[in-house]
Parts: sequence; structure tokens; C-alpha cells
Amino acid sequence: MNIQACLRHRLFWPCATLLLLCLINFAFNPNFFDIEIKNGALYGSVIDILNRAAPVMLVALGMTLVIATRGIDVSVGATVAISGAVVAVMIGGTLAIQDGVQTYVANYPMPLAMLVAVLVALLCGLWNGALVSGVGMQPIIATLILMVAGRGVAQLITEGQIVTIYYEPFFFIGNGFLFGIPFSLYIVAAVLGLLLVLTQKTALGLFIQAVGLNPTSARFSGISARALVLWVYGFCGVTAGIAGLIVTSNVKSADGNNAGLGMELDAILAVALGGTSLDGGRFSLMGTVIGALIIQTLTYAIYSLGVPPEVNLVVKAVVVFTVCLIQSEKFRSMMFTSKQRVEDKS
Amino acid sequence: MKAMRYINPRTLPLVVTTALFILLFGFGAVSYDAFLSPQVFVNLIIDNGFLLVVAVGMTFVILAGGIDLSVGSVVALSTMVTAALVQHHHWSIWAITPLVLIIGCAFGLLHGVLIQVFRMQPFIVTLGGMFLARGLCYLISIDSISITDPTYTALSEYRLPLGAETAISLSGVIAIVTLLVGVYIAHYTRFGRTVYAIGGNERSALLMGLPVARTKILVYVLSGFCSALGGILVTLYMLSGYGLHAIGFEMDAIAAAVIGGTLLTGGVGFVAGTLVGVMILGVIQSLIAFDGSLSSWWTRIAIGFLLFLFCLLQRLLERSKLGKK
Repeated sequence: MNIQACLRHRLFWPCATLLLLCLINFAFNPNFFDIEIKNGALYGSVIDILNRAAPVMLVALGMTLVIATRGIDVSVGATVAISGAVVAVMIGGTLAIQDGVQTYVANYPMPLAMLVAVLVALLCGLWNGALVSGVGMQPIIATLILMVAGRGVAQLITEGQIVTIYYEPFFFIGNGFLFGIPFSLYIVAAVLGLLLVLTQKTALGLFIQAVGLNPTSARFSGISARALVLWVYGFCGVTAGIAGLIVTSNVKSADGNNAGLGMELDAILAVALGGTSLDGGRFSLMGTVIGALIIQTLTYAIYSLGVPPEVNLVVKAVVVFTVCLIQSEKFRSMMFTSKQRVEDKS
Repeated sequence: MKAMRYINPRTLPLVVTTALFILLFGFGAVSYDAFLSPQVFVNLIIDNGFLLVVAVGMTFVILAGGIDLSVGSVVALSTMVTAALVQHHHWSIWAITPLVLIIGCAFGLLHGVLIQVFRMQPFIVTLGGMFLARGLCYLISIDSISITDPTYTALSEYRLPLGAETAISLSGVIAIVTLLVGVYIAHYTRFGRTVYAIGGNERSALLMGLPVARTKILVYVLSGFCSALGGILVTLYMLSGYGLHAIGFEMDAIAAAVIGGTLLTGGVGFVAGTLVGVMILGVIQSLIAFDGSLSSWWTRIAIGFLLFLFCLLQRLLERSKLGKK
């Protein structure tokens, strides 16, 4: 019975998939699980996957809440680019030599630049939220507007150039280690922890589910669905903005055209893989984190198998179709009835 | 209030779009000497012919209440298949074109079946198709393949003269023919009326005994066909196949349909409106090109802004309609 309960747990399939992918990696690369300590920091394939998955994990966490309210946000990639552009232009940085010592000078103080970037991202999110909950547009179209215009705005900020950052302290966010663990993971853990507390210890999680399951009845039962949806989109913008900081810090430059390209799709895929229904309602934050890790482990496996990385897209397509088929009730009932028939015969 | 009676909410977006197009074109004509020539106008069709073809397919999908995000990738796949077969295997154009069109239809069929039979969301299904088609491009080749085949270069350079000093390319002609066929299908066939009925209210369409399942699948097949045809036109225009062709094209197609007055909730719109939508996108690009001092990213911001305005207009119309009831 215990095994059955385990099988039925909603995180079972995401976890099983992740484990399977890790084992495939291990089979082709016996050093996969090895972790070394170099210069007081942990190095290894697993750490690498965790570190690289950080931006998608962040974006996908915000996306989970949006999808739970029956929405979708296709503009997160553009928001990543905008936030990256803002922080890159504000920090910029030059290498100056003062009294024979090399020092890095930022245009604006780094905390201010980061704060402004995240605030701009929040504005992007609230804009989406206002269009969805205030004007009443379909979420995909409302966010499509920012997706189209956002990259233009990002290029407007960087004046069409790729802005390189010359300010060492900023690189810590995407490349630094704190107590041996990549710093970006602390950011993910903080956001995840905050969300888990907010959704499980307060009624917020229940409200979000209620709005996703039935907006009308949620409103009748006294939930201010409009404000909730507005801020859920705002929050999604913030997570995309923070992801933008990490991405920009990682590559030490901001590219309005390519930063966060296709990230909205990865984030939606991560949410779907984690077992959150794309029809809204029940959601799983841990599932989303695992979903993002599945995507990154899959990418890693494809690289280490020596398959051209471009095939990644085909594999992702197969994953999308499979996950959707499994989530489709019609498909499940077809599978279920055919299984029953076999059992009846025997 | 009396004037309100003469405004039909179904045609208002189209009227606004057409007025805007004339305004933009007129602005160009006043500002730049060479703008007001027939060739500039015809160039709008030549340079955006493939977008028009893809957007016509997209209009049908949106009219039926769905969405197709895979069109850009299917366009890229078509250019890739064409370029690889003609350059590396020296197939004839008469063999390649049907094959490419069949591939496009097969993609549409896959989407349609998954959406209709398994009740999946069109958004996520066509997203998967988008990944698949792009991935297949890279499986053929990671690099761009240039086409040097004489048949293709001849077709690409062919110009049909339209009076003095004006000429239209073959892809322009194909685009206009596609548009006319699209208008015919939408407004004068049983299939077209069923599409409108499904977009208006799927359940009542079903209760009326209309072939809902078949029509919904066929709509995606039609969009796949249009994407593949658009891909052939892109191949002729660029004379190359590349996996990075037509990135973000699906958004342009959706924008053209919406600006052309098609309601995103389905059931309301005109295929001819999509032509005006495409022309507006084209005229914005021409204006920015003629100006010279504005950078290319202003195009994207302008398109985003227009999309916003028209979505807002649509919502206002819906609300006023609800208010009357």
C-alpha cells in the first residue's frame, strides 16, 4: 500500500524522470556524480546543472503561479532582456587606476542598479497583469504584446549594442560561490522558500488555486481575484527580472536580442513537467523546480552523449507532446480502459 | 449617440485599420518624395508576401478559436527542406514543392489531431510543433544553405510587369492568389461558415450538427499548408534555407490578423482584413527604412504598440456589446 501511495504522489513522475536522466548521464559518464572541492568551492556535473538551471528555475517559479491562475506569460524572455539591459547600462563600469591600484568603478552603485532593474521588471509584470485582470484580455495575447515590444525596448535601452560590464563585484551574482555553493542557488532557495511559506502557511496558495479553478466562484466567495491576478503577474515579472540579473552577470554583458531567448518556453515546459496542469488550479512549486532540473539534465545528457546540441529541440518537442498526452484526460481514459479490458480477459 | 448606430462593431476594427493604413501611407507620401509611387506600394506586397500567406492561414485558426505558434518554424523547415533537396540532391522543383506542402499539412494534421482528439490546449501543442520543426531544421544542417539552382534563381528574379515602371514578383502573385482563395473559402464555402460557427460557439455548432471535429483539424492542416507555402516564398525571396529563418514570425502573423480586425476569441473577422494588417506592418517598416535615422528596433515597439491598441479596441467593443444585452 505504501508503494501505491508513493506512486500516486504528484511528484513521483517528475522525480522518477529526473532520476532516470541522472542514471543515463551516469551510465555514459561515470564521473557524473563526482563533486570536487577546488579553492573552497564545489565543482562537478551536478553542481553545474544546478547552477545553470537557476535562471529557468526562477522564471518558472513565477510562471507556476501565473499558470495556476489559468494564465500564461510569454513575455518573461523579453523581461529578462529588459532587466539585463537596465542593469548593464546602469553599472557599465570602467577599469580605473587610482594610486597605482586597479579599481572598478560603476556608473551607479550596484545595489541601486539592481533594484532599478528589478523594479522595471516588476513594472513589466504589472503591465501584463493590468491588461489581463483590468482590461480583460486573454493572457497569451496580453503578454504577447510585451513579448513583441519588449525586445525592442531592451535594444532601445542598450542602443542596439551589446553592453559589456566591467565591474568585478557584479560577476559574483552569476559566477560567485558562497560557502562552496554557487550564489545563484541561494537566490533560488530564497525565492522558493518565500513562496512555499506564502502559499502553504497563508491562505494565498488557496486563493490562487481557487481563482484558477473557477474565477467566478472565487470572486463570489470574497477573493479579490483582480488584485490577486495583477500581483501574480507582477511577481512573475520580478522573478524574470532577478533571472535577468543572473544571466547578465553570468555572461558579463547584456544583449537585447538574445538574452533570455526562448526562456518563456523553457519555463512553461518546466511548469508542465513538474505536474502543474496548464488549465490552472492545482500547482506544485517543488515540481516546477524539479521540472527545470529535468530540462537542464536533459540538455547536459545530450551534450555529454556527443549528440549535436541542436537535436535538443527535437527531444524537447517529444517531451512536450509526451507530457501533454499524459496530462490529457482523454488519453488517460483510453489507456485505462484498454488496460481494464486486458485485465477482464485474463 | 445617433452616430453609434451606423458603426457596426464587426467592421469597426477593419475600418480603423484601413484608415490608419491610408494615414500612414499618406504621411509617407507627404514626408518623402519617392514614397508615393506604385512600385513602393507593390513592394509592400513583394516584401511581405510570405507573411501574408502565413497570416491568412493564421486567420483561419484564430477564427476557429485556436492559435498556431508553429508557423515560423514550419516556414524555416520548408526553406531548409527545399534548399537541401535542390542543392545536395538536385531534385526538380516539381517534386520538391508538393513534398514541402505535404510536410506542412502533416504538421497541421498532427496539431489538429492532438488538439481535437486529446483535448490538449492549442497553445501548448503548437509550441511542441514549434520545437519539433526547428529541431528538424538543425538535423538537416546547422548552417545556411544557399541555392544556386538556375530554376530557382530564375523564378526568384522573375518580375511580372504591371504597367510602366511597376512590376510584381512571382511570390507577390502567389500571395495575392492565396489571399483571394482564402477570402473565397472563408465567406463562400460550407467549410468557411463552419469555421465561423465554431469560433462563435463551439457547443452550439456541435448541436447544429456541423462537422466540428473535422473542421477543427482541417483548420490546422490549412495553417500548416499556408506555412509551408510561405516557406517556399521565403526560399524564393532569400534564395537560401536556414534554421534561423523566420524566428518570431508567428508573432508577426498573429499581429497582422489582430490588427486586421480578427477577434482573438474567435468567430469574428475577415480574411481580407489580414491583408490590411500585413500592409500596415509593411508600411511601418518602409517608413522606418525611408527615415533612416530611426533604428530597426522601433519597428518592434511600434508593432507591439499597435497590437496593444487593437486588443484594447476589441475589448471595448466586446464590453459595449455586452452592455447592450
